[in-house]
Amino acid sequence: MKTNHLSNLLKKLTSPPGLSGYEESIAQEVESLWKPLVDDLSRNRLGSVLGFRAGSAEAPRPRLMMVAHQDAIGLMVSGIKEGFLRLTEIGGVDQRILPGQLVQVHGKRTLPAVIVQPPSFLLPPEAQEGSVPLSYLWADTGLDEKEVRRWVQIGDPVSFSRNYLELGADYVCSPSLDNRASLCALTLCLQELQGRKHAWDLWAVASTQEEETLGGAATSAFQIQPHLAVVIDVTHASGPGSPSHKAYPLGKGITLGWGPTVHPRLYEAFKDLAEKLEIPYKMEAMPRYSGTDADRLQTIAEGIPTMVISLPLRYMHTPVEMVSKKDIQRAARLLAEFAATLDIDFMDKIQWDETPKS
Amino acid sequence: MGRNTEILNQPTIMPEQMRVLEKLCNALAVSGNETEARRLVMDQIKPYVEEMRTDALGNLLAFQKKESRKTLRVMIAAHLDEVGFMLTSEEDREEGIYRFELVGGIDPRWLAGKPVQVGAEHAKGVIGCKAIHLTTAEERRNPFTVDGLRVDMGGGGKAKVGDWGTFATPFQKIGGSIRAKALDDRIGVATAIELLKYEYPDLDLLVAFTVQEEVGLRGAKVAAHALNPDLAIVLDCTPAYDLPLQIEDSFYPPENEKYNTRLGHGPAIYLSDRATISDPRLVAHFVQTAEKLGIPYQFRQAGGGGTDAGAIHLQRAGIPSISISVPGRYLHTPASLVRIADWENTLRLVYHSLQRLSADVLQTER
Repeated sequence: MKTNHLSNLLKKLTSPPGLSGYEESIAQEVESLWKPLVDDLSRNRLGSVLGFRAGSAEAPRPRLMMVAHQDAIGLMVSGIKEGFLRLTEIGGVDQRILPGQLVQVHGKRTLPAVIVQPPSFLLPPEAQEGSVPLSYLWADTGLDEKEVRRWVQIGDPVSFSRNYLELGADYVCSPSLDNRASLCALTLCLQELQGRKHAWDLWAVASTQEEETLGGAATSAFQIQPHLAVVIDVTHASGPGSPSHKAYPLGKGITLGWGPTVHPRLYEAFKDLAEKLEIPYKMEAMPRYSGTDADRLQTIAEGIPTMVISLPLRYMHTPVEMVSKKDIQRAARLLAEFAATLDIDFMDKIQWDETPKS
Repeated sequence: MGRNTEILNQPTIMPEQMRVLEKLCNALAVSGNETEARRLVMDQIKPYVEEMRTDALGNLLAFQKKESRKTLRVMIAAHLDEVGFMLTSEEDREEGIYRFELVGGIDPRWLAGKPVQVGAEHAKGVIGCKAIHLTTAEERRNPFTVDGLRVDMGGGGKAKVGDWGTFATPFQKIGGSIRAKALDDRIGVATAIELLKYEYPDLDLLVAFTVQEEVGLRGAKVAAHALNPDLAIVLDCTPAYDLPLQIEDSFYPPENEKYNTRLGHGPAIYLSDRATISDPRLVAHFVQTAEKLGIPYQFRQAGGGGTDAGAIHLQRAGIPSISISVPGRYLHTPASLVRIADWENTLRLVYHSLQRLSADVLQTER
């Protein structure tokens, strides 16, 4: 796999803003990338993109769902005063990263703007010290009030300005790498599966609204009724600010989730496969929740055995998120190998111990 | 605005002037490391000066004419340097993670989550921060400090301790505004470059592109001593705090009365700041020029702050000085904002004031 190819793909996938609930731009990009890679392409009612590849075994075939969310965090216009825009958040944003951020206001026209922290003397005493709450920050478009009112209205999404950087030999830095890096891995997986046979039916899902409701993956799972599901998302990479016990080194391998969200036999299958393929991994302990689509997805319908694969990422939910290209390749390869080598009777192998074998 | 023959040939902001300002703003030239900006200026002014030299501190001193033929020697000063940071310690060589310290007055609350550029090659990096998922609500009320942040170059070995850096914000024209880093004071530098292209009947123009303004007006001090002018005009960029007041309390005034300057209201003429009281004869001259030619202007609200004039006016036996600034929002942050019309009106006001300036201005007692 050429790293140039990966960079181009990642650049394409990080370009559209696609904030949670406003995902047309990223959904269209995913559709154009997946079209040549799948037998059928559709949209779920809430907006998730579903790609289907028919398996080679005799019908009826079991179904594997592989899901990465396509939506991104950002902001929204909640008010306009004297030409300045008031903002509210879409997904979780730390107010401390906002002053000085370049953004795009997606109004009737897309307008560049900058988020600013007003001088202290214009703020009430309780907001003068410490970090200034989002409710006191403004976005300034550089336009006068009349122009602003012409192009912008309350409810317009506001995304971080795109700024794709390659750092060193292996790192990439951009807004929305959570979770476009995983979407990139899923797309590379579909490319690797070109010309390869797989017994199972495969569903690739670019899910919607993960950052707000986890609703895209859950409703897609209800529609697809998969026998197994694999969620690909990002986890915290070690680096400045990250507590070492909750983070994984960047570029040194992926993580395999372990905890109540993950089916233990499925974990073992991925672990064995990673070892066989010599793909470096770390177990990521998820003692309560995974913090991914998997948390809702596992309880859809009668329950779905679910796996979580994660890419370490620095500075999550900032415009300078950082990932390793190698880790993306590793996740893609592991996914593709898993999908291609799934036995038709795999479900029999992941029974709980106490289930009587027939 | 009245139209007369004087105005037809006046300086104007054209795409050419915008391109020069863009290059200047995108240059990385933090106090103490002004080389990149100085070289850009030298290239621009070469056709218009008979002599230029770089002094011991790095000031670029430019002379329209070699020999002083006229009586009035007028110094124009605009500072080359910008605020930024220096890498001070290598924390992780393999990952390219550095501690840094600020150069000039930057509020640390603007630092986190920004792309930066470091060194002569403008190597890209970021100032990251802890992910929101790993913080508590209480933690998020406390701002990040410089000690708690790092510059992350993502490996690659393109930076080293001692390198200077700035925010990596690209210059952008937005409608009638310009959004860029370092408009303070590259817009003053661009204005001074433009002024050198014209001739003035009754004076010699001596231009100092100064260094180290942001760390204590150091360049201007020695430049003024060396040039020994009759008077000085400092071109800078001053804060516009013209944002809505967000206090709903009868104790406070109902609107923002402490805006310092306002965008769109023309060049800001200084009366006094923390460092200088402008020479009233020069203030009167600039005001008369603006009134006569119908150029909009505003007085910068007296108060804090300071420009190179603070150092210049105290040199030798004293140098009558005034500062004229383009008003700019969000100076010393990743992205400052000015109006193009304010820049053009500043350029025109200074140009016409120089055209009308002669030794007479200092004949009256102040």
